[in-house]
Amino acid sequence: MFYREAGQFKTSYQADAAIFPIRQDRVAIAAVLVIAYAVIPLAATPYIFSALLIPCLILALAALGLNILTGYAGQLSLGHAAFMAIGAFASYNFMLRVPGMPILLAFVCGGLCAAGIGILFGLPSLRIRGFYLAVATLAAQFFIVWCLAKVGWFSNYSSSGVITAQAIVILGYTFDTPTAKYLLVLTIVAVMALAAKNMARSNIGRQWMAVRDMDVAAEVIGIRLVYAKLLAFAVSSFYAGVAGALYAYAYLGTVEPEAYNLDLSFRILFMIIIGGVGTVLGSFLGSAFIVLLPIMLNFTMQFMEQTLHLSIPMSAASNLELMVFGGLIIFFLIVEPHGLARLWQIAKEKLRLWPFPH
Amino acid sequence: MTFFFEVLIGGLLSGVMYSLVALGFVLIYKASGVFNFAQGAMVFFAALTFVGLNELGIPFWLCVPATLAAMILLGLATEKFVLRPLVNQPQITLFMATIGLSFFIEGLAQLMWGANVRGLDLGIQDEPIQWISDATTMNVSKFDITAAGIAAVLVTVLAVFFSRTRIGRALRAVADDHQAALAVGIPLQQIWGIVWAVAGAVALVAGMLWGARNGVQFALTFVALKALPVLILGGFESIPGAIVGGLIIGASEKLAEVFLGPYVGGGIEGWFPYVLALLFLLVRPEGLFGEKIIRRI
Repeated sequence: MFYREAGQFKTSYQADAAIFPIRQDRVAIAAVLVIAYAVIPLAATPYIFSALLIPCLILALAALGLNILTGYAGQLSLGHAAFMAIGAFASYNFMLRVPGMPILLAFVCGGLCAAGIGILFGLPSLRIRGFYLAVATLAAQFFIVWCLAKVGWFSNYSSSGVITAQAIVILGYTFDTPTAKYLLVLTIVAVMALAAKNMARSNIGRQWMAVRDMDVAAEVIGIRLVYAKLLAFAVSSFYAGVAGALYAYAYLGTVEPEAYNLDLSFRILFMIIIGGVGTVLGSFLGSAFIVLLPIMLNFTMQFMEQTLHLSIPMSAASNLELMVFGGLIIFFLIVEPHGLARLWQIAKEKLRLWPFPH
Repeated sequence: MTFFFEVLIGGLLSGVMYSLVALGFVLIYKASGVFNFAQGAMVFFAALTFVGLNELGIPFWLCVPATLAAMILLGLATEKFVLRPLVNQPQITLFMATIGLSFFIEGLAQLMWGANVRGLDLGIQDEPIQWISDATTMNVSKFDITAAGIAAVLVTVLAVFFSRTRIGRALRAVADDHQAALAVGIPLQQIWGIVWAVAGAVALVAGMLWGARNGVQFALTFVALKALPVLILGGFESIPGAIVGGLIIGASEKLAEVFLGPYVGGGIEGWFPYVLALLFLLVRPEGLFGEKIIRRI
């Protein structure tokens, strides 16, 4: 009833190839954008911006990158936080060493550096598959973080390896308030998400999916595996690199290489698994879930302490949180192995038929 | 030159310890195709439970079966509550579930026993063996030799278990082909439960040795990360692969740290095994002893 394409006729090739062919989708996207750009900046507090929305968007971008690699091209990576680190440190060095460098260009350059390294660490994917590849990408994780911490040049010889991100200035305007940073991050993420969505339904996206489903068969029908796999690594690392740069500039401010540790890699992987592998929407849902979950758990814990007058010791509370976090992840994998994006699919089906059962 | 051999032997012996952890991975991967990331957490859980029980005043000899029982229980519960509902899901989903499981086990272990660093005394001194030192001027730790001996016994027992017993044969059948095993009447879930219990027992041995070595602390969970390059080097499905891979990784890691480390600022132990394994995989994509997968369309 609410979500029905009946009566929406496509009369041109252009309409047929549109990114959102159904009117309801277009309305929904427009509504989301209006809320994100107009309503949230008016309604949210600085705490919500800096603790929730900004990390959520940035990590969604990183998850989107990993989703391109894992969800569309079928190559598992456990080292994506390292590519984020490269993006952050490369952007920092471009800003530091090139006079008059525009910050957006620095982000792009940081992403390109990450893409280059990503191709390098993607080379083994031409030979090895599955978990062998996953473990091999851990080499990237440990080596890159070690390298950034050991080689002083990357952090401009700061004694502890910590870099302080420069101020974000675009065309003379300084993005220093949480709201301004949020809008900047939102814009970058929206543009890149649109690009990802388009890539996924273009020639290269279809090549990736063919490689994912069966790479030998893909090769037989004339897809160049080297090109498709390495491009997936490059694009994915580019997204991760930009996300990493934003993570440093718009979220943390000061970062050390250790901020991009294995834990972050796993969190990004959780996001795409829980959100939905091979969907753009899933990256956002997964990111929101993983960012919100610890905060909600903490909140629940405090609430329970206050209402039930239980005094849970600090260490026990953090361990309980860890257990609940792990348990919830297992729970979500069991009840919805295709991710939260699948729930949205089901909801759409239901809305199409409502109020009739069939 | 003596120094070189000393480092080499030290590396080989610590490699045996990696093998012990890698064994747990191999067992589960062989029988159920699950890449069990929670193995490190299981090692931590085993060591912490053992020490915790010991601190409660339970005598040493009673702690071993008690912890073993706890590990078997943990394994069976994992099979029932995590794996069984996830049958037929893609491998990556199962892998993510085991990462969630590792969070759960880590939290549970620390909730039960606290997060303090504890010592674990197995009654074996970590000191050089006198007669070897006298004969060759090399220092070989008594503890390392004992650990290697225990590992050798464990591997032999597992090998016999796998090749000579009824359950072992069923395990190999399940590893070969789930469906065919089901068709000839092998109870799949029971077998999986047994595998997880055995992996728990291996985790207990590894946890006791590692705990006695480095103290029982949260860092034990990172042992799993040390075992991963061992796995891909040796091959996921192979018990001999885990042993040989462990020896190679242990030796090369120590040699690299001692002889290459000073030139690049040290701390290369963290990533060197991975890079080594990666380079090796470029030559042999299925590891040393892994099954060569023939891919058809």
